[in-house]
Amino acid sequence: MIVRIMGEGQYVVDDAAVAALNAHDATLEAALAARDEKAFRSALHVLLGAVREHGQRLPDEELAPSEVILPAAEATLDEVAALLASDGLIPG
Amino acid sequence: MAGLFKRMTSIFKAKANSALDKAEDPRQTLDYSYEKQLELLQKVRRGVADVATSRKRLELQLQGLQTQADKLENQGKQALAAGREDLAREALTRRAAVQGQMADLQTQLAQLQAEEEKLVIASQRLQTKVESFRTKKETIKATYTAAEAQTKINEAFTGISEEFSDVGLAVQRAEDKTAQMQARAGALDELMATGALTDSSGTVKDDITAELERLSSTSDVELELNRLKGELGAAPATPQISAAPAEAAPQATPEAQT
Repeated sequence: MIVRIMGEGQYVVDDAAVAALNAHDATLEAALAARDEKAFRSALHVLLGAVREHGQRLPDEELAPSEVILPAAEATLDEVAALLASDGLIPG
Repeated sequence: MAGLFKRMTSIFKAKANSALDKAEDPRQTLDYSYEKQLELLQKVRRGVADVATSRKRLELQLQGLQTQADKLENQGKQALAAGREDLAREALTRRAAVQGQMADLQTQLAQLQAEEEKLVIASQRLQTKVESFRTKKETIKATYTAAEAQTKINEAFTGISEEFSDVGLAVQRAEDKTAQMQARAGALDELMATGALTDSSGTVKDDITAELERLSSTSDVELELNRLKGELGAAPATPQISAAPAEAAPQATPEAQT
């Protein structure tokens, strides 16, 4: 599975490792819903760390769509919330 | 993948797809899209260069603020030496008000620099991908039937659109951040120059400088006076500078004297 970390690039992650990533999804979503910046930051840090650890970087010359797109490491809770609210954060 | 990732991914993709328009004929799409990509790539590069320029300007601005903060400290020393504790307090208070914010801006500047480095790498990656797209589109045009081509095109197209959206967003983010920081640095600048006066020579002088200059000319007069008194054999042992300014200019810093 191809995973993009925004601002960083794409990683190819083994299907076997995907389950481990999924476990972080709920944590991150709960932190976002509770607007708990600290919990959000640590969950995001752990999640992105797992992607980098289990994934291989997709070579730059490859053109492939990602199945999953994750926020940038330095993205704040507000930025992610705005993105999810489809607030026009992405140009175009 | 459930929940958050899924929402995030689909929102991002919906936006990414609208970033590059498609033409009717898939083969036409390829050339058209490539042209568009080259344009966007230029835009991204300009964006990255703009961020670098703003960052450098911000660095200079912060240096200027630091110089001003140092000056305030010196003014505090001068004022204290002249026995004007009120004036010294005013200078140091003003300095303290900006120091914390400056430290914060320095931290942000370091983060911005790190982001800028990432942007440079991302724009290089984008360039590699655009180049890849060009090669791929020629292969697709030469080798595939229209139906097969459509699938291949979609894949390449989605891949590159995603990259463009990602980089575009990162550039925008960095631009917003620099703008915010510049506004803050500008506000600090104003704060430090509070009460700035334009003297007759046209140079801007802040109120503390003006008061200190007035003070030093007053104390020169006092010293001169004491010297004369000394010559007449009637001088006190120490010149009483501190008493004079309080009488001479109570209107200069009224809030500090209450």
